[in-house]
Amino acid sequence: MTTYREALREGIRDAMRRDDRVFLMGEDVGAYGGCFGVSLGLLEEFGPDRIRDTPLSESAFVGAGIGAAMAGMRPIVEIMTVNFSLLALDQILNNAATLRHMSGGQVGVPLVIRMTTGAGRQLAAQHSHSLEGWFAHIPGLRIVAPATLEDARGMLWTALLDPDPVLLFENGALYPMAGDLAADAGPVDIDHAAVRRPGTDMTLVTYGGSLGKCLDAAGQLAAEGVSAEVIDLRTLRPLDDTTFVESVRRTHRAVVVDEGWRTGSLSAEVSARITEQAFEDLDAPVERVCSAEVPMPYAKHLEDAALPQPAGIVAAARKVVNGGG
Amino acid sequence: MNTAIAKYHTDLLRQMVRIRKFEEICVELYSATKIRGFLHLYVGEEAVAVGVLNGLTADDAVVSTYREHGHALARGLSMQSVMAEMFGRTSGCSRGRGGSMHLFDVKRRFYGGNAIVGGGLPLAVGIGLADRLRDSVRVTACFFGDGAVAEGEFHECMNLAALWKLPVLFCCENNRYAMGTALARAQAQTDLALRASSYGMPAWAVDGMDVVAVEEATRRAVETIRGGAGPCFLELRTYRFRAHSMYDSDRYRDKAEIARWKERDPIDALIRRMQTAGELTDDALKALHREVDDELQRAVAAADAGPLEPAGDLTRFVYAEQS
Ligand SMILES: Cc1ncc(C[n+]2csc(CCOP(=O)(O)OP(=O)(O)O)c2C)c(N)n1
Repeated sequence: MTTYREALREGIRDAMRRDDRVFLMGEDVGAYGGCFGVSLGLLEEFGPDRIRDTPLSESAFVGAGIGAAMAGMRPIVEIMTVNFSLLALDQILNNAATLRHMSGGQVGVPLVIRMTTGAGRQLAAQHSHSLEGWFAHIPGLRIVAPATLEDARGMLWTALLDPDPVLLFENGALYPMAGDLAADAGPVDIDHAAVRRPGTDMTLVTYGGSLGKCLDAAGQLAAEGVSAEVIDLRTLRPLDDTTFVESVRRTHRAVVVDEGWRTGSLSAEVSARITEQAFEDLDAPVERVCSAEVPMPYAKHLEDAALPQPAGIVAAARKVVNGGG
Repeated sequence: MNTAIAKYHTDLLRQMVRIRKFEEICVELYSATKIRGFLHLYVGEEAVAVGVLNGLTADDAVVSTYREHGHALARGLSMQSVMAEMFGRTSGCSRGRGGSMHLFDVKRRFYGGNAIVGGGLPLAVGIGLADRLRDSVRVTACFFGDGAVAEGEFHECMNLAALWKLPVLFCCENNRYAMGTALARAQAQTDLALRASSYGMPAWAVDGMDVVAVEEATRRAVETIRGGAGPCFLELRTYRFRAHSMYDSDRYRDKAEIARWKERDPIDALIRRMQTAGELTDDALKALHREVDDELQRAVAAADAGPLEPAGDLTRFVYAEQS
């Protein structure tokens, strides 16, 4: 058995072994073993130059990662959580995402930034938001979100081969997720979405921390005689619309599930693309299940109520299938 | 024995014991899953909260961090409202929405636990600015850790507060670690008071294990600030006896180092001092413990029995409500 956390660690370990330009830097990645235990043991294996603890200086060390990438290194920068990435947003948006364009193609930023995202652990508003959809708004970045062990293990490899900045969003609720992972698991395709469960009556489009909930919902729907196809976007920018649009052309119905807030969200983008490209194939308006429009509360019952849950996904699916109920 | 001093010391002791016992019961309640989320304890640092808050008046403001149970209790929030918050109840000081890291009591001018390192500093500068614009003599005390000194926001705030001569007391709780990162591994200049003084503000390093010294330093700083000189900075040298949070296995610190600091336990130190001066009998100490235990038990029982916010009220408090 392998956990999501271990799969990520293996991904980092073999990147470090494969390419000596690769180094990991971030807060407490070394002596502490990583805020969520992802980099545990790597300091002993690779030493403090390559597993580099940084001060609490998000803007400085993310910007330094950008500079090092410009100068030929292949940094992996870890930001503890997406909330703290906001202190480095200027560097990510005004430098990482734009340098290639502003320089007329002279400078590239082959950098990978990893961070935790998502709610479900009662950490309240300043530790729980799902902001990857915001980053997916930004041209110049590639945004990936591993939802399975294979993707946790393989996305970093592919990301490091990318000549441009890649942001990798790890949903915090997934770290303990365990399962079997092939010993020879390697790089994965980050250009395409994946069908995680085939179905014929409707399509659930999701990614990251909501994939498990959608698979749960699909199981419940199957018991009611509704065959739901579950699509994992995997890459949030650029969006692979071919996969989900083709699915909806077959099933004629779609529900988009996104842990981000509904207004101005990734779910809005997916829904818009379905309507733009498959309007004639739709038998019902696209439904969305998102987080409530509220900063994430601490109390468990309130947090549960704020997040997309299988019951809400099932209800939305019934609505597109039966027109209600 | 001077009875006024004995009374003053007893009061400081009681406040520190309240915080210590509160934190210790939180560990049990966390294991019992009554409290969830991140839980950062203040054990060992009690003299800082008690010393600083005793040096302020009820009119002064406080901005805090995620390690703020001690600040909240020393500020006068009831154990009950703080505990109920950690239980996620409507009766909690933030109605169950904030939890351990976000205790608020604006009536007591306690402007909350902020969980973004350095995030409270600009707020304190702003509260100070509001007071300055109204020619108020109020002071805003802002707590933050040594880790925050590496953030850009720290430097921006030092500069702005000093430039505009704002009535802010910067209280840097230097417990030598930011999570697992020791001060010297994160700061090029580890003399934090020296760094603050480079912005042109008075700055002192204080023994944060001595509650009387902390209070004296606070009074001196507050007096300077009320005189209109602008901000002051206190580097409070302290130590956290427990791990960073309940998730931390504390592998980065040497056991001998922890033991050395525990010898300087601020509560034991005050007790010894009071006993030497004949200010504290064994019976009085026992009674004090009993009194705090009772208060704590009542707080836990009330928190446990407290109602949950109805899920239908989830979206309240995102915008102001019409009254
Ligand atoms: C901007 C930001 N970066 C990272 C974190 C994660 N984090 C929480 S507490 C902490 C250590 C802070 O140490 P310090 O400021 O010394 O305060 P202490 O915990 O020692 O009281 C870190 C890195 C955060 N909350 N905010």
